[in-house]
Amino acid sequence: MASRDSENDDHAPVPSALKILVAGGFGAGKTTLVGSVSEIAPLRTEEVMTEASYGVDDLSGVEAKSTTTVALDFGRITISPSLVLYLFGTPGQERFWFMWEELSEGALGAIVIADTRRLETCFAAVDFFERRGVPFVVAVNCFEGADRYEVHEVRDALSLDPAIPVVLSDARSRESSKRVLLTLVNQVAERMAA
Amino acid sequence: MQAHNEHDPGGTPNGLPHRDGGFGSGGSAAGGPQEAGPLVRPYVIAQGRDHADTVRLDMISVVIAAKRAEVDEMALEPEQLRILDLCRRPQSVAEVSAHLDIPVAVVKVLLSDLLNRGLALARAPYTAKSPVSRDVLQAVLDGIQRL
Repeated sequence: MASRDSENDDHAPVPSALKILVAGGFGAGKTTLVGSVSEIAPLRTEEVMTEASYGVDDLSGVEAKSTTTVALDFGRITISPSLVLYLFGTPGQERFWFMWEELSEGALGAIVIADTRRLETCFAAVDFFERRGVPFVVAVNCFEGADRYEVHEVRDALSLDPAIPVVLSDARSRESSKRVLLTLVNQVAERMAA
Repeated sequence: MQAHNEHDPGGTPNGLPHRDGGFGSGGSAAGGPQEAGPLVRPYVIAQGRDHADTVRLDMISVVIAAKRAEVDEMALEPEQLRILDLCRRPQSVAEVSAHLDIPVAVVKVLLSDLLNRGLALARAPYTAKSPVSRDVLQAVLDGIQRL
Protein backbone atom coordinates (compact mmCIF):
# COMPACT_ATOMS: atom_id res chain seq x y z
CA MET A 1 0.00 0.00 0.00
CA ALA A 2 1.93 3.06 0.95
CA SER A 3 5.42 2.96 -0.27
CA ARG A 4 8.61 1.82 1.30
CA ASP A 5 8.01 0.56 4.70
CA SER A 6 11.03 1.71 6.47
CA GLU A 7 13.01 0.19 9.20
CA ASN A 8 16.60 1.05 8.47
CA ASP A 9 19.09 1.64 11.20
CA ASP A 10 19.08 5.31 10.53
CA HIS A 11 15.74 5.82 12.10
CA ALA A 12 13.67 5.57 15.10
CA PRO A 13 10.97 3.06 14.18
CA VAL A 14 8.17 4.63 12.19
CA PRO A 15 4.95 3.73 13.95
CA SER A 16 2.05 2.04 12.23
CA ALA A 17 -1.25 3.80 12.47
CA LEU A 18 -4.79 2.71 13.10
CA LYS A 19 -7.92 4.77 12.82
CA ILE A 20 -11.30 4.85 14.43
CA LEU A 21 -14.07 6.95 12.92
CA VAL A 22 -16.37 9.08 15.01
CA ALA A 23 -19.56 9.76 13.07
CA GLY A 24 -22.67 11.69 13.92
CA GLY A 25 -24.76 14.65 12.91
CA PHE A 26 -23.63 18.24 13.11
CA GLY A 27 -23.29 19.28 16.72
CA ALA A 28 -23.66 15.73 18.06
CA GLY A 29 -20.34 16.01 19.89
CA LYS A 30 -17.85 14.30 17.55
CA THR A 31 -15.01 16.77 18.07
CA THR A 32 -15.78 16.97 21.77
CA LEU A 33 -15.41 13.21 22.10
CA VAL A 34 -12.21 13.21 20.05
CA GLY A 35 -10.80 16.03 22.19
CA SER A 36 -11.67 14.30 25.44
CA VAL A 37 -9.26 11.42 24.78
CA SER A 38 -6.74 12.90 22.33
CA GLU A 39 -3.22 13.73 23.49
CA ILE A 40 -3.26 16.76 21.20
CA ALA A 41 -5.93 19.41 20.79
CA PRO A 42 -7.99 18.16 17.84
CA LEU A 43 -6.48 19.15 14.52
CA ARG A 44 -8.41 20.06 11.43
CA THR A 45 -7.55 18.94 7.97
CA GLU A 46 -9.28 19.61 4.73
CA GLU A 47 -9.86 16.98 2.14
CA VAL A 48 -10.85 17.96 -1.35
CA MET A 49 -13.17 15.37 -2.74
CA THR A 50 -14.49 14.88 -6.23
CA GLU A 51 -18.10 13.98 -6.27
CA ALA A 52 -19.98 12.76 -9.28
CA SER A 53 -23.04 14.85 -9.75
CA TYR A 54 -26.25 12.94 -9.78
CA GLY A 55 -29.90 13.57 -10.04
CA VAL A 56 -29.43 15.67 -13.13
CA ASP A 57 -29.94 14.37 -16.62
CA ASP A 58 -26.91 15.21 -18.63
CA LEU A 59 -27.84 14.99 -22.27
CA SER A 60 -24.28 15.31 -23.46
CA GLY A 61 -23.39 12.08 -21.69
CA VAL A 62 -20.45 13.74 -19.99
CA GLU A 63 -20.36 12.98 -16.33
CA ALA A 64 -20.45 16.21 -14.44
CA LYS A 65 -18.25 16.33 -11.39
CA SER A 66 -17.90 18.83 -8.65
CA THR A 67 -15.33 19.16 -5.93
CA THR A 68 -16.23 19.64 -2.33
CA THR A 69 -13.93 20.61 0.49
CA VAL A 70 -14.70 18.70 3.62
CA ALA A 71 -13.18 19.50 6.99
CA LEU A 72 -12.23 16.66 9.29
CA ASP A 73 -11.26 17.05 12.91
CA PHE A 74 -9.00 14.41 14.35
CA GLY A 75 -7.04 13.49 17.43
CA ARG A 76 -4.21 11.17 18.28
CA ILE A 77 -3.47 8.58 20.95
CA THR A 78 0.04 7.15 21.05
CA ILE A 79 -0.38 3.54 22.08
CA SER A 80 3.31 2.67 21.94
CA PRO A 81 6.41 3.78 20.05
CA SER A 82 5.29 1.51 17.23
CA LEU A 83 1.56 2.14 17.26
CA VAL A 84 -0.55 5.28 16.97
CA LEU A 85 -4.32 5.50 17.02
CA TYR A 86 -6.08 8.33 15.20
CA LEU A 87 -9.68 9.30 15.82
CA PHE A 88 -11.42 11.02 12.91
CA GLY A 89 -14.62 12.96 13.33
CA THR A 90 -16.53 12.47 10.11
CA PRO A 91 -19.38 14.56 8.78
CA GLY A 92 -22.62 12.77 9.40
CA GLN A 93 -24.80 13.88 6.56
CA GLU A 94 -25.86 11.38 4.01
CA ARG A 95 -24.43 13.49 1.24
CA PHE A 96 -20.94 12.73 2.53
CA TRP A 97 -21.27 9.01 1.86
CA PHE A 98 -18.80 9.28 -0.95
CA MET A 99 -16.11 10.26 1.50
CA TRP A 100 -16.98 7.67 4.12
CA GLU A 101 -16.07 5.05 1.55
CA GLU A 102 -12.49 6.25 1.62
CA LEU A 103 -12.38 7.03 5.32
CA SER A 104 -13.79 3.70 6.40
CA GLU A 105 -11.26 1.75 4.38
CA GLY A 106 -9.01 0.00 6.85
CA ALA A 107 -10.69 1.58 9.87
CA LEU A 108 -10.62 -0.52 13.01
CA GLY A 109 -14.19 0.50 13.68
CA ALA A 110 -16.53 3.39 14.24
CA ILE A 111 -18.34 5.22 16.98
CA VAL A 112 -21.73 6.59 15.96
CA ILE A 113 -22.76 9.42 18.24
CA ALA A 114 -26.50 9.56 18.68
CA ASP A 115 -28.01 12.89 19.67
CA THR A 116 -31.45 12.06 21.00
CA ARG A 117 -32.67 15.57 20.26
CA ARG A 118 -32.23 14.77 16.58
CA LEU A 119 -31.77 11.05 16.38
CA GLU A 120 -32.39 10.97 12.64
CA THR A 121 -29.05 12.70 12.05
CA CYS A 122 -27.25 9.44 12.82
CA PHE A 123 -29.40 7.15 10.69
CA ALA A 124 -27.22 7.54 7.62
CA ALA A 125 -24.08 6.61 9.56
CA VAL A 126 -25.73 3.53 11.08
CA ASP A 127 -26.92 2.46 7.63
CA PHE A 128 -23.48 2.95 6.19
CA PHE A 129 -21.47 1.01 8.77
CA GLU A 130 -24.09 -1.74 8.88
CA ARG A 131 -24.00 -2.13 5.12
CA ARG A 132 -20.22 -2.06 4.93
CA GLY A 133 -19.74 -4.46 7.82
CA VAL A 134 -17.60 -1.96 9.74
CA PRO A 135 -17.69 -2.78 13.48
CA PHE A 136 -19.39 0.05 15.35
CA VAL A 137 -20.91 1.08 18.65
CA VAL A 138 -23.58 3.69 19.27
CA ALA A 139 -22.72 6.28 21.90
CA VAL A 140 -25.77 8.18 23.09
CA ASN A 141 -24.47 11.61 23.98
CA CYS A 142 -26.48 12.74 26.97
CA PHE A 143 -26.93 16.47 26.56
CA GLU A 144 -28.09 18.50 29.45
CA GLY A 145 -31.69 19.49 29.08
CA ALA A 146 -32.43 16.82 26.50
CA ASP A 147 -35.02 14.18 27.21
CA ARG A 148 -33.47 11.05 28.66
CA TYR A 149 -34.03 7.80 26.89
CA GLU A 150 -33.22 4.29 27.94
CA VAL A 151 -30.69 2.31 25.97
CA HIS A 152 -33.41 -0.03 24.72
CA GLU A 153 -35.47 2.88 23.41
CA VAL A 154 -32.54 4.12 21.34
CA ARG A 155 -31.78 0.58 20.22
CA ASP A 156 -35.40 0.11 19.10
CA ALA A 157 -35.52 3.43 17.33
CA LEU A 158 -32.35 2.56 15.42
CA SER A 159 -33.50 -1.04 14.85
CA LEU A 160 -30.03 -2.23 15.68
CA ASP A 161 -28.66 -5.73 15.50
CA PRO A 162 -28.65 -6.97 19.13
CA ALA A 163 -24.88 -7.50 18.82
CA ILE A 164 -24.25 -3.77 18.38
CA PRO A 165 -23.44 -2.16 21.74
CA VAL A 166 -25.27 1.01 22.78
CA VAL A 167 -23.58 3.09 25.48
CA LEU A 168 -24.89 6.15 27.30
CA SER A 169 -22.08 8.68 27.29
CA ASP A 170 -20.92 12.20 27.90
CA ALA A 171 -18.61 13.27 25.09
CA ARG A 172 -16.92 15.83 27.36
CA SER A 173 -15.76 13.23 29.84
CA ARG A 174 -12.52 11.38 29.24
CA GLU A 175 -13.64 8.45 31.37
CA SER A 176 -16.89 8.19 29.46
CA SER A 177 -15.16 8.41 26.08
CA LYS A 178 -12.61 5.82 27.17
CA ARG A 179 -15.47 3.49 27.99
CA VAL A 180 -16.96 4.03 24.53
CA LEU A 181 -13.60 3.31 22.89
CA LEU A 182 -13.02 0.20 25.00
CA THR A 183 -16.51 -1.04 24.13
CA LEU A 184 -15.70 -0.64 20.45
CA VAL A 185 -12.30 -2.34 20.60
CA ASN A 186 -13.75 -5.20 22.63
CA GLN A 187 -16.46 -5.52 20.00
CA VAL A 188 -13.76 -5.78 17.32
CA ALA A 189 -11.93 -8.41 19.39
CA GLU A 190 -15.12 -10.46 19.81
CA ARG A 191 -15.77 -10.36 16.11
CA MET A 192 -12.26 -11.51 15.47
CA ALA A 193 -12.75 -14.44 17.82
CA ALA A 194 -16.09 -15.37 16.25
CA MET B 1 -13.29 23.42 16.04
CA GLN B 2 -16.75 22.32 15.53
CA ALA B 3 -19.29 24.45 17.28
CA HIS B 4 -21.02 21.63 19.02
CA ASN B 5 -23.33 23.86 20.93
CA GLU B 6 -24.96 25.27 17.84
CA HIS B 7 -27.92 23.03 18.07
CA ASP B 8 -31.48 23.95 17.56
CA PRO B 9 -32.81 24.82 20.99
CA GLY B 10 -36.33 24.16 19.77
CA GLY B 11 -38.83 21.71 21.17
CA THR B 12 -37.80 18.42 22.68
CA PRO B 13 -39.25 15.44 20.91
CA ASN B 14 -42.02 13.43 22.48
CA GLY B 15 -40.49 10.29 21.13
CA LEU B 16 -37.54 9.19 19.06
CA PRO B 17 -37.87 9.05 15.32
CA HIS B 18 -37.37 5.60 13.90
CA ARG B 19 -34.88 4.52 11.31
CA ASP B 20 -36.45 2.81 8.34
CA GLY B 21 -35.32 -0.72 7.74
CA GLY B 22 -33.32 -1.65 4.68
CA PHE B 23 -30.03 -0.45 3.43
CA GLY B 24 -29.51 3.01 2.09
CA SER B 25 -32.87 4.21 3.25
CA GLY B 26 -31.70 6.30 6.16
CA GLY B 27 -33.79 9.21 7.29
CA SER B 28 -33.45 12.57 5.71
CA ALA B 29 -30.18 14.06 6.75
CA ALA B 30 -30.57 17.16 8.82
CA GLY B 31 -29.78 20.36 7.04
CA GLY B 32 -28.09 22.98 9.10
CA PRO B 33 -24.66 24.44 8.92
CA GLN B 34 -22.25 22.57 6.75
CA GLU B 35 -18.87 21.31 7.73
CA ALA B 36 -17.07 22.59 4.72
CA GLY B 37 -13.92 24.63 4.74
CA PRO B 38 -12.83 27.64 2.76
CA LEU B 39 -12.22 27.56 -0.94
CA VAL B 40 -8.78 26.41 -1.96
CA ARG B 41 -6.85 25.97 -5.15
CA PRO B 42 -5.07 22.80 -4.22
CA TYR B 43 -3.31 22.04 -7.47
CA VAL B 44 -1.37 25.25 -7.61
CA ILE B 45 1.43 24.15 -5.32
CA ALA B 46 1.32 20.66 -6.71
CA GLN B 47 2.07 22.08 -10.17
CA GLY B 48 -0.96 20.54 -11.76
CA ARG B 49 0.13 17.01 -11.04
CA ASP B 50 -2.66 14.61 -10.41
CA HIS B 51 -2.89 11.37 -8.52
CA ALA B 52 -1.59 9.36 -11.44
CA ASP B 53 2.08 9.64 -10.57
CA THR B 54 1.69 9.62 -6.84
CA VAL B 55 2.68 6.83 -4.54
CA ARG B 56 -0.36 5.49 -2.79
CA LEU B 57 -0.56 7.26 0.54
CA ASP B 58 -3.30 7.04 3.08
CA MET B 59 -4.49 9.81 5.35
CA ILE B 60 -2.82 7.93 8.20
CA SER B 61 0.31 6.76 6.45
CA VAL B 62 3.06 7.79 8.84
CA VAL B 63 5.93 9.71 7.32
CA ILE B 64 9.43 10.52 8.52
CA ALA B 65 12.16 12.53 6.84
CA ALA B 66 15.19 10.49 5.83
CA LYS B 67 17.97 11.37 8.23
CA ARG B 68 21.08 11.26 6.14
CA ALA B 69 19.62 12.33 2.87
CA GLU B 70 21.24 15.25 1.13
CA VAL B 71 18.55 17.70 0.33
CA ASP B 72 18.89 19.82 -2.77
CA GLU B 73 16.74 22.67 -1.58
CA MET B 74 16.59 24.25 -5.01
CA ALA B 75 14.95 21.18 -6.46
CA LEU B 76 12.09 21.23 -3.99
CA GLU B 77 9.01 23.31 -3.39
CA PRO B 78 9.10 25.45 -0.24
CA GLU B 79 6.18 23.40 1.04
CA GLN B 80 8.24 20.24 0.63
CA LEU B 81 11.00 21.72 2.77
CA ARG B 82 8.42 22.54 5.40
CA ILE B 83 7.17 18.97 5.22
CA LEU B 84 10.69 17.59 5.70
CA ASP B 85 11.23 19.90 8.61
CA LEU B 86 7.97 18.84 10.24
CA CYS B 87 8.64 15.15 9.62
CA ARG B 88 11.82 14.97 11.62
CA ARG B 89 9.43 13.32 14.01
CA PRO B 90 6.96 10.79 12.59
CA GLN B 91 3.73 12.42 11.41
CA SER B 92 0.69 11.14 9.61
CA VAL B 93 -0.35 12.64 6.28
CA ALA B 94 -3.36 14.13 8.08
CA GLU B 95 -1.13 15.79 10.67
CA VAL B 96 1.14 17.24 8.01
CA SER B 97 -1.94 18.61 6.26
CA ALA B 98 -3.30 20.14 9.45
CA HIS B 99 -0.03 21.62 10.70
CA LEU B 100 0.94 23.15 7.37
CA ASP B 101 -2.61 24.03 6.36
CA ILE B 102 -2.32 22.26 3.01
CA PRO B 103 -5.17 20.02 1.79
CA VAL B 104 -4.59 16.29 2.16
CA ALA B 105 -4.66 15.65 -1.58
CA VAL B 106 -1.85 18.16 -2.11
CA VAL B 107 0.20 16.83 0.78
CA LYS B 108 -0.01 13.40 -0.82
CA VAL B 109 1.36 14.69 -4.11
CA LEU B 110 4.19 16.63 -2.47
CA LEU B 111 5.05 13.71 -0.22
CA SER B 112 5.07 11.10 -2.92
CA ASP B 113 7.64 13.20 -4.73
CA LEU B 114 9.76 13.27 -1.56
CA LEU B 115 9.39 9.51 -1.23
CA ASN B 116 10.44 8.99 -4.83
CA ARG B 117 13.52 11.11 -4.21
CA GLY B 118 14.38 9.06 -1.15
CA LEU B 119 14.05 12.07 1.13
CA ALA B 120 11.28 10.63 3.24
CA LEU B 121 9.92 7.27 4.25
CA ALA B 122 6.33 6.26 4.81
CA ARG B 123 4.75 3.40 6.64
CA ALA B 124 1.41 2.12 5.42
CA PRO B 125 -1.35 1.86 8.00
CA TYR B 126 -3.19 -1.31 8.90
CA THR B 127 -5.74 -2.07 6.25
CA ALA B 128 -8.37 -4.65 5.52
CA LYS B 129 -5.68 -6.59 3.68
CA SER B 130 -3.23 -6.49 6.57
CA PRO B 131 -5.57 -6.50 9.54
CA VAL B 132 -4.55 -6.10 13.13
CA SER B 133 -3.53 -9.09 15.19
CA ARG B 134 -4.91 -9.96 18.60
CA ASP B 135 -1.71 -8.63 20.14
CA VAL B 136 -2.18 -5.26 18.50
CA LEU B 137 -5.80 -5.14 19.67
CA GLN B 138 -4.69 -5.94 23.19
CA ALA B 139 -2.10 -3.17 22.99
CA VAL B 140 -4.84 -0.77 21.89
CA LEU B 141 -7.05 -1.81 24.80
CA ASP B 142 -4.18 -1.36 27.25
CA GLY B 143 -3.27 1.98 25.73
CA ILE B 144 -6.82 3.32 26.02
CA GLN B 145 -7.06 2.08 29.58
CA ARG B 146 -3.90 4.01 30.48
CA LEU B 147 -5.34 7.32 29.29
